[in-house]
Amino acid sequence: MIEVVEVGPLALVQDLGRPGFAALGVGASGAADRAALRLGNRLLANPEGAAAVEVLGGSFALRADVHHLLALTGAPTRAEVDGVPVGHHAVLALRPGQVLRLGVPTVGLRTYVAVRGGLDVPRVLGSSAHDTLSRLGPPPLALGDVLAVGPQPLLAPLVDVAPVALPPAGTVVLHVRLGPRADWLADPGRLGAREWTVSAHSDRVGLRLEGEPLGWAPGAGELPSEGVVRGAVQVPPGGAPVVFGADHPVTGGYPVAAVVLDADTDRLAQLRPGQGVRLRLVR
Amino acid sequence: MRFLPCGDVGLLVEVDDLRAVLALDRAVRGARWPEVVDVVPAARTVLLHVAPGTDLTALERVIRAVELTDVGRADGPVVEVDVVYDGPDLDEVAELTGLTVAQVVTAHTGRRWRVAFGGFAPGFAYLVDGDPRLEVPRRAEPRTRVPAGAVGLAGAFSGIYPRVSPGGWQLLGRTAVVLWDVDRDPPALLRPGASVQFRAVSG
Repeated sequence: MIEVVEVGPLALVQDLGRPGFAALGVGASGAADRAALRLGNRLLANPEGAAAVEVLGGSFALRADVHHLLALTGAPTRAEVDGVPVGHHAVLALRPGQVLRLGVPTVGLRTYVAVRGGLDVPRVLGSSAHDTLSRLGPPPLALGDVLAVGPQPLLAPLVDVAPVALPPAGTVVLHVRLGPRADWLADPGRLGAREWTVSAHSDRVGLRLEGEPLGWAPGAGELPSEGVVRGAVQVPPGGAPVVFGADHPVTGGYPVAAVVLDADTDRLAQLRPGQGVRLRLVR
Repeated sequence: MRFLPCGDVGLLVEVDDLRAVLALDRAVRGARWPEVVDVVPAARTVLLHVAPGTDLTALERVIRAVELTDVGRADGPVVEVDVVYDGPDLDEVAELTGLTVAQVVTAHTGRRWRVAFGGFAPGFAYLVDGDPRLEVPRRAEPRTRVPAGAVGLAGAFSGIYPRVSPGGWQLLGRTAVVLWDVDRDPPALLRPGASVQFRAVSG
């Protein structure tokens, strides 16, 4: 078991979510940066969808009751085990009673703390992910929470460090494809023509972009609600785009003018308020 | 059938009406294509979430070839829902429809509604096939707080709020039924194919 001994802005249990229940009004949810979750689990020879802790903004600490192997991925922070620095994207060991403490991310926003064996927390509709929109899954972690760890996988970890790039600090380019409702905009090309800024009002549901508002095409009416995907760039009447994240609603009532390609949606999770974003239109 | 691009892991299919949505939704689910991760029916569209790497052009071809059969009458269970008709928008709905309040209640309870699809929140169901006289627009100003169990109308739909949330539907009344319970299997009371029979009760 591991015990939570410090919590910063937000720490959630996440796995790869619960796709398949949209018709019941339940979104997929799951890790905001799925590549980081998968990497942490692969380093530990876990199944890549094993549940781990998604730490927003660092300042998280946990204590081990027995010997545990862990891995940190996603946004890098200063990390120490009983005061001794440990690496990022690397396997680290905790002896009974030792404390792993994360500082504040130097780049990116979300750090993943994976444990060999995976977190063993109750599942809802097949997943341990906390969905912030529908409030399904284990509640956000609080000081003193004790998390069970699953059985050791059969395979041993074979790699101790993964040479993987850190989240970028400057302006980030996201590849988007126009549609399904690009024709609702007066000039869809303007989505890609300028740099946007990530708003502070961004969360797992959506990333708000600030910039010169986009105008709707004249004569636009009312769109019946329709299904939306992670990465959908929705343009409400005010003209400031929202890019849907892991906990996006199942359906949306405003036009989706473009969609971020799947491989780039993980990068959304690591964008900080104030950071620049360019949407590169691809076919 | 119109195919609208939706990134590289989605395909949005627009059809003529809700019956076509239900037919396509059933056909796609029945096909159990392994590439299709989730299916999201809505008023005029069906969204397919697909696995990364799926050939969307090939999928589109396969969908065009699918034979659609009308879903016919709802063949699922009938769920009886007792409602206290004392909602804050009863008078406005009466005015919008040209009916009396008593006629609104009679119209709402007079036919079995069909669960078309979910969305909005866990356990919320869009109900269709009600009395066509009850078609009303959403409220111009959505409420910031609609209580759990509120029964409302919007467009051709009726629905019940599973929990407290903001909302713009015209509220007719309230019910005590629990629409969503994760400890129940399945957790949603109203599932596609089921019918709802509203009954007026006194508070």
